[in-house]
Amino acid sequence: MFEAIAFYLFAFLTIAMFSIAVLTSQALHAMTALAAGMIFISAFFFLLGADFIGVVQIIVYTGAVMALYAFGMMFFDTTRGVKEKNANSMIVFGLSGLAALMVVIIFVAPIVSENISAFYPVNEAVGNTQDVGMVLFTKYLVPFELAAVMLLVAMIAGIILAGKKMDHSLTQMSEEEIELMRESNKKAQL
Amino acid sequence: MEITLNHYLVLSTILFAIGLVGVMRRKNLLMLFFATEILLNAVNISFVAISHYYGDLTGQMFAFFVIAIAASEVAVGLGLLVVWFKRTNNIDLDAMTSMRG
Repeated sequence: MFEAIAFYLFAFLTIAMFSIAVLTSQALHAMTALAAGMIFISAFFFLLGADFIGVVQIIVYTGAVMALYAFGMMFFDTTRGVKEKNANSMIVFGLSGLAALMVVIIFVAPIVSENISAFYPVNEAVGNTQDVGMVLFTKYLVPFELAAVMLLVAMIAGIILAGKKMDHSLTQMSEEEIELMRESNKKAQL
Repeated sequence: MEITLNHYLVLSTILFAIGLVGVMRRKNLLMLFFATEILLNAVNISFVAISHYYGDLTGQMFAFFVIAIAASEVAVGLGLLVVWFKRTNNIDLDAMTSMRG
């Protein structure tokens, strides 16, 4: 009973938050709504007994990804409203409905038709985190290491891309120096 | 009232549809990134739900790797976006048609 109440409550909250994130014209509202939706999604993971993924969801998505977005948004002009495409909205909504229907069929068809047996069954004797760790470090060790290398590459790429010209600190320059730098940048672009 | 696998799959589909609406509706690239995050999260829910209802840990492994990939995608994507914003002063999709195709 509690499971049902929790499921419907969090389902409603998640759908509402993600709708706000998609439909609002304010970038800051979209970001905060998305962060809230991420936390509500971790509630589903706890309901499903996947404690480890739930904690990872909170730490990685709300802690790292949304913080990264928040810092990234300081570079952009987020105060003005976001202009949208003026495409025919009926076509857009019809297309998305059709695509979602396709996804349902793709997901449900093999589950309904086949009797799936567990590949790596859940070990009831130990907790979820220990279980995940044992499968991750025995059966999925190579993908795990590849993911680690990929994250390292992404980190270096992010630093190199965003860190260009960061040796000029805007906060420690005087107004005239900033103006001079802007002028020289404009000339360099022309 | 028992919550079954289909409940979670339907919820995941609704969230995926919301993400698709966002992808089709948005012109600002930052907002497009937000919509992609919604898509990835919707898929994660169905992975973990299937993992729970079939007593199989593979789904949770996949959700874990999806989260890792999403994190690195954000790092590289935001870096590129910052560079693009420094060069052109806007991050709209329509401003990127430099090839005149």
